[in-house]
Amino acid sequence: MSDTRKLSIIAFSGEFDKLTAVFTLATGAAAVGYEVNIFFTFWGLDALKRKTGRSLTGGNWLTKIFGLMMGGLSVAPTSRFNFLGAGPKIFRRLMRKNNVATLEELVDAAKVLGVNLYACEMAMHVLGLKREDFIPEVKDVLGVASFLNLSEGGQTLFI
Amino acid sequence: MTFVKTKIELSKLSEGDVLEVLLAEGEPLDNVPRNAKEQGYNVLGVEHVEGTTYRVLIQK
Repeated sequence: MSDTRKLSIIAFSGEFDKLTAVFTLATGAAAVGYEVNIFFTFWGLDALKRKTGRSLTGGNWLTKIFGLMMGGLSVAPTSRFNFLGAGPKIFRRLMRKNNVATLEELVDAAKVLGVNLYACEMAMHVLGLKREDFIPEVKDVLGVASFLNLSEGGQTLFI
Repeated sequence: MTFVKTKIELSKLSEGDVLEVLLAEGEPLDNVPRNAKEQGYNVLGVEHVEGTTYRVLIQK
């Protein structure tokens, strides 16, 4: 038990509910002493954007429109029951009512607990995202090989 | 999640300070004192408050 236990998560999804699962697992593990790495790729990168609403983030006109459509954490849709964007608002209200941490609180907790946040280099290229588009807590920009090195010897999840 | 919140509050305290946590019985009451001990904090006491609520004192 004295050896550091480790959890690494590949956060591929940008949906509110799946990101809630990512950050619930990450904070829970970090709180009990795990080293936690999250590798955000593709839709998951939305969770790291500095601008949490919709903005023209991207390199060219196409990726800027993608950026506008994808948005950031505060406009992440639910994978079911999205109801044109009403779904996440309903779930946020239910979470507050039941004293369950909301996604934003979980992300803040992850930062406080020292969860390591990494961005996928390849997905950033495809989506025209730059390091400056992300929150400063992003520890590094990585590829698969580096992530495999980081996650070796621990548990890995794909969400 | 309860321990996540507890851990964050503990991180704001200085060595020797005591944190009072109100917990519901069941998973939170099972996990929080156990995890706190595992992480090297002193659990000074667990007492029943009312109904399903318990008070746990944790020293950093």
